[in-house]
Amino acid sequence: MNLALDIFTVSAVSAGALFFLAGTVGLLRFPDSLTRLHALTKVDNLGLGLVVLGLLPQTNGLFGALKLVSIWLLVQLSGAIVTQLIAGTVRRRGSNG
Amino acid sequence: MTIFAVFDIGLVVLILGIAVSTIAARDAFAAVIGFVVYGLLLSIAWVRLAAVDVALTEAAIGGGMTGMLMLGAVARLRFAGGNDISISLPVRFATAVLCALVAAGLAIAVLSPPDAIPTLAPMVMENLAQSGLGNPVAGVLFVYRALDTLLEKVVLILALLGVWSLAPDSVWGGIPGLRVYARRSSTLTFLAQLLPPVGIVVAIYMCWVGAKEPGGAFQGGTVLAAMWLLVMIAGLKRVPSIGQPWLRPLLVVGPVIFLAIGLAGMVLANAFLAYPPGYAKPLIVAVEVALTLSIGVALGLLAAGPLEQAQQQ
Repeated sequence: MNLALDIFTVSAVSAGALFFLAGTVGLLRFPDSLTRLHALTKVDNLGLGLVVLGLLPQTNGLFGALKLVSIWLLVQLSGAIVTQLIAGTVRRRGSNG
Repeated sequence: MTIFAVFDIGLVVLILGIAVSTIAARDAFAAVIGFVVYGLLLSIAWVRLAAVDVALTEAAIGGGMTGMLMLGAVARLRFAGGNDISISLPVRFATAVLCALVAAGLAIAVLSPPDAIPTLAPMVMENLAQSGLGNPVAGVLFVYRALDTLLEKVVLILALLGVWSLAPDSVWGGIPGLRVYARRSSTLTFLAQLLPPVGIVVAIYMCWVGAKEPGGAFQGGTVLAAMWLLVMIAGLKRVPSIGQPWLRPLLVVGPVIFLAIGLAGMVLANAFLAYPPGYAKPLIVAVEVALTLSIGVALGLLAAGPLEQAQQQ
């Protein structure tokens, strides 16, 4: 049972790390601000989500798990809103990369 | 070499790289962003050194709050056209030499420790149970080095007085010139309505848990200040004038209660800042709660900056 949970953790966290890598590559390579934001939000949602999901079996009890999930939700909230604000500013000023 | 060693070496290389790029950045804004990233990486380094209390403070104060203060300074400089001031070569050279001297002195002190490092840590752990606290860092801060902690909070108020005294006479007692979000934005308003209840709970939790696990007044106070600033920047609440009757008592309530308990210790426990036996933990928690409020207000007002508008009648 423990082994199965560990394998689940390793694979989910690795998948999350892959999203972080892809998002970072996108952030560096995409041509303009809006597409770069798009790359960034994928990291927040899926990358961190998979890392949190993978770490859930390793927590000590329900409270640890709840804390992890709420961290993910808070990062999602702040990520989505900051992205909106940056995108709004980009649109007003004109996209100049 | 274990995977932790690889991680640590990578972390150190990253920290040094960010430090160099922060110093080398030509643009003040880029340098501030570099500094914030540097603070966050440092807090990961503190976690690796098993100093979670320091890591939390570094992330909250070193990365977050100081970063916000410096971003405010950059915005003001841009507004005032201060970016064009060029610094002469001898001044730059002297700054570089002095900084290098400080770094070299620190390096010598850290890299050549005495054979037997003098430490009081075992004594702290032995006597911690008497205070009723579970977190040795809180024990050191509030029992063994309480005077340092008290003075640290007073310094915060002195710093705020320094910022306030930049105001011209005509606006004294007026409203700090926090740069609020000029355009009413529904997304920012949404965040400023949704996040503060969560943030306040987190701040209370951090303050409460500080007695037995990493956390405490400074971390909780920073979260409170961030929530307050968010509400003000989104335009949901106006920035208060510093003459408000509620504001100044809140600012000093933490140090005053700390000092009062310290003075009471002279009568009840035979020493300044000593706690009567059996009452240490409740008194420390009371001090932490008051300090959290004071630190939150002080940091929020520090970030709001010098006074710019006269108080409206």
